[in-house]
Amino acid sequence: MLAFILRRLAQAVAVMLTVAFIAFLLFQHVGDPITNLLGQDATSEQRAQLRAELGLDAPAPVQFVHFVGNALRGEFGLSLRQGRKVSTLIAERLPATLELALTAALLALALGIPMGVLAALKRGTALSQLLMTVSLLGVSLPTFLIGILLILLFSVWLNWLPSFGRGEVVALGSWWSTGWLSVDGWKHLVLPAVTLAVFQLALILRLVRAEMLEVLRSDYIRFARARGLSDRAVHFGHALRNTLVPVITITGLQLGSLIAFAIITETVFQWPGMGLLFIQAVSFADVPVMAAYLCLVALIFVAINLVVDLLYFAVDPRLRVERGAAGT
Amino acid sequence: MAQARLFFLGALGILFTMASATAATLRWSGASDLPSWDVHAQNNALGNGIHAMVYEALFRYDERFQVVPELATGWKALSPTQMRITLRRGVRFQDGNAFGADDAVFSLQRAMDPASNFGVYTQGIARVVKVDDATIDIHTQGPNPVLLRQLTELRMMSKAWAEQHRSTTPKDLRSAEENHAHRHANGTGPYRLESWQPDVRLRLVENRDWWGLAAGRKTGNVSEVVYTPIKAEATRVAALLSGELDMVLDPAPADLPRLRATPQLKVLDGLENRTIFFGLDLFRDELPGSNIKGRNPLKDLRVRRALSQAIDAAAIQRSIMRGLSAPTGTLVPPQVAGWTKALDQRAPHDPAAAKRLMAEAGYAGGFEVDFACPNNRYINDEEICQAVAAMWARIGVKARLRTLPLVTYFPMLQRHEASIFMLGWGVPTFDALYALQSLVRSVGAQGDGNFNVGRYSNPQADALIERIKQESDPTLRTALMEQALVLAKQEVSHIPLHHQMIPWAMKRSVTMRHRADNRIDMPSVRVD
Repeated sequence: MLAFILRRLAQAVAVMLTVAFIAFLLFQHVGDPITNLLGQDATSEQRAQLRAELGLDAPAPVQFVHFVGNALRGEFGLSLRQGRKVSTLIAERLPATLELALTAALLALALGIPMGVLAALKRGTALSQLLMTVSLLGVSLPTFLIGILLILLFSVWLNWLPSFGRGEVVALGSWWSTGWLSVDGWKHLVLPAVTLAVFQLALILRLVRAEMLEVLRSDYIRFARARGLSDRAVHFGHALRNTLVPVITITGLQLGSLIAFAIITETVFQWPGMGLLFIQAVSFADVPVMAAYLCLVALIFVAINLVVDLLYFAVDPRLRVERGAAGT
Repeated sequence: MAQARLFFLGALGILFTMASATAATLRWSGASDLPSWDVHAQNNALGNGIHAMVYEALFRYDERFQVVPELATGWKALSPTQMRITLRRGVRFQDGNAFGADDAVFSLQRAMDPASNFGVYTQGIARVVKVDDATIDIHTQGPNPVLLRQLTELRMMSKAWAEQHRSTTPKDLRSAEENHAHRHANGTGPYRLESWQPDVRLRLVENRDWWGLAAGRKTGNVSEVVYTPIKAEATRVAALLSGELDMVLDPAPADLPRLRATPQLKVLDGLENRTIFFGLDLFRDELPGSNIKGRNPLKDLRVRRALSQAIDAAAIQRSIMRGLSAPTGTLVPPQVAGWTKALDQRAPHDPAAAKRLMAEAGYAGGFEVDFACPNNRYINDEEICQAVAAMWARIGVKARLRTLPLVTYFPMLQRHEASIFMLGWGVPTFDALYALQSLVRSVGAQGDGNFNVGRYSNPQADALIERIKQESDPTLRTALMEQALVLAKQEVSHIPLHHQMIPWAMKRSVTMRHRADNRIDMPSVRVD
């Protein structure tokens, strides 16, 4: 057990270092923040001086070692654009992104599972066909287009919902702000959450349908029917429960991508989360913020994967036996 | 009875109109947020414009871009290098402290700090001395005819407040400490900073103790200003259409026809204080990547004239800019001292003449040349460059276009890697020296030629620019600037293309004056 966890942790560290290195290499080519910082009027001496003071003139490997060393202490330096600590900036933006991602994930689950079940049980009917077509649209439409269409419909034409921002937020303690506790916050949350949820919803719908169809063909369902159980007990007591294991796994993994790929949704709706921070950092070549963001996202993915691996280990006895055999 | 009710409703209506007339909120948006509230930290156009609603300077520009006193009341040159400035009495900062000579001296010195990016506005100032509580002397290194213009961007901060909050120097990007003045403000101006969440929301409320109220400066009715940056163009415009915003500073050009056609909205068009032109490498003896070896074709005046005449600026104005540009033959926009109508006239679009000039210069077969453009800096920058490359192809010049985002484009320019490049130049001082010194003057110290990327060098122009720096007679000085601009035009030091227009979109109920510096004069804005 311990060896397994250690091995997984070592892999996680390797992944993190690789991500940090690739991110760092990319930054060598995104541009030079000096011009942005000093404006059009600075002299070349001033530019060279600031470059030296920020350590941007050191060779890339030196800058990288410096970067990793600081990152280990959670220190990503000051944002070049805002002049504030990167860790503070990210901590400020994290609640917005997490709330958006969680709302979207819950929405996708709450709608996706029943719709998937319905599509499986009513296979071949017009309703099922419709659900499948709509889900195909959901998978294939780009997020920004969905966002813009929702804004056009609900903000511009119907005037029901606001088109941008997070609205009124309530501070919970000193480091968390929530839009979940105010009507205004919810109004602002609806469109971005739906936009972000559409792809996940379609994915879950199709997954649940496929798994459900698979399970419904298996022997124990046939035996259950032979025992004279009601449709309801067969479908929801036996079939759905077994369908949910892979669904939960996928949803867990997708949560990582919801957080990471909220960037587009956040940009469309000017949602003040980490993704918007990242996009603005990119257009300014604000290297410390970009680096911290990429590392954080990698960390989220690695952490979720690690948890899932460990859960498998706990749930699936076969894994334990194989590893044990390999270990001796 | 019915009549009485009607009367009552009418009275109620009037009451409501009056209420909204006395206290209105202006909700507006632009693509980006201001970088800092520290008024001496970053020289950012949007930031300076918003700062001016809270902080005031000794002088300001009126609507015709003439310098008028703001926190100063009088000024007098005691000698060519000493300017005595009398300060306005009875002015208070928003925290209640009185404004006086100590604050003025402190603020100017703070802007002169090396950590400040306002060097271009403090250059030439040697020292600032307090004479008495309401008088200061500014000593300059030499005669400085643009001193008052420079002072319009140097805003006044309370010395006591800065000391109390340990913010006596501008935000330093190199230090790990956040400066109090970065997110707090305490000016003397018409509005007070109520709250600021960067990239989310900025709220200003009326300063009821503003000295300008008694002076009749407030002609509008805006008591609350809410600025929300929205990065996505489509969302910004959608928020205006849905009524969530009253005004958008930078609507996308593609959305303008729709906005103009919307009955509740209006679009104000106006020239921006910015000119777009092409620069040329006039330094190298051989252009990298060109098929012409051993000489630089751009050094031949005939080639430069041919390149200029090959460009159909009117076609670019019509089909790429959709009318939102004014073709020009010079490097500064019309609001700027030194500009004349004759200068503004472009050499006529004439491909045949351009071809003849090319043949005379010995390039009848044309040549290949590198051509660099930004793709996210100026309005339609990439499209313009594609069109220009095609126009040049017609006279045989094969311009190999490469487009870069601004974060890599400008460092590349500063390494002098481009043979022909696009650049836009604004003139915040509304005085042609600013452009001449940066673009035309040979590269040197103290800001000379700091954006003369093509390294043009002409002793005659340099001598003129040095005289302009010293000349204090306004008429003679303007004539000298005109002369320098004429020289640059004759020599085709650059190929000017057009002045950019910047349309503002807003609700019909909003009344404001369009300004070439892209700033809103908030005290005069009305929302009905």
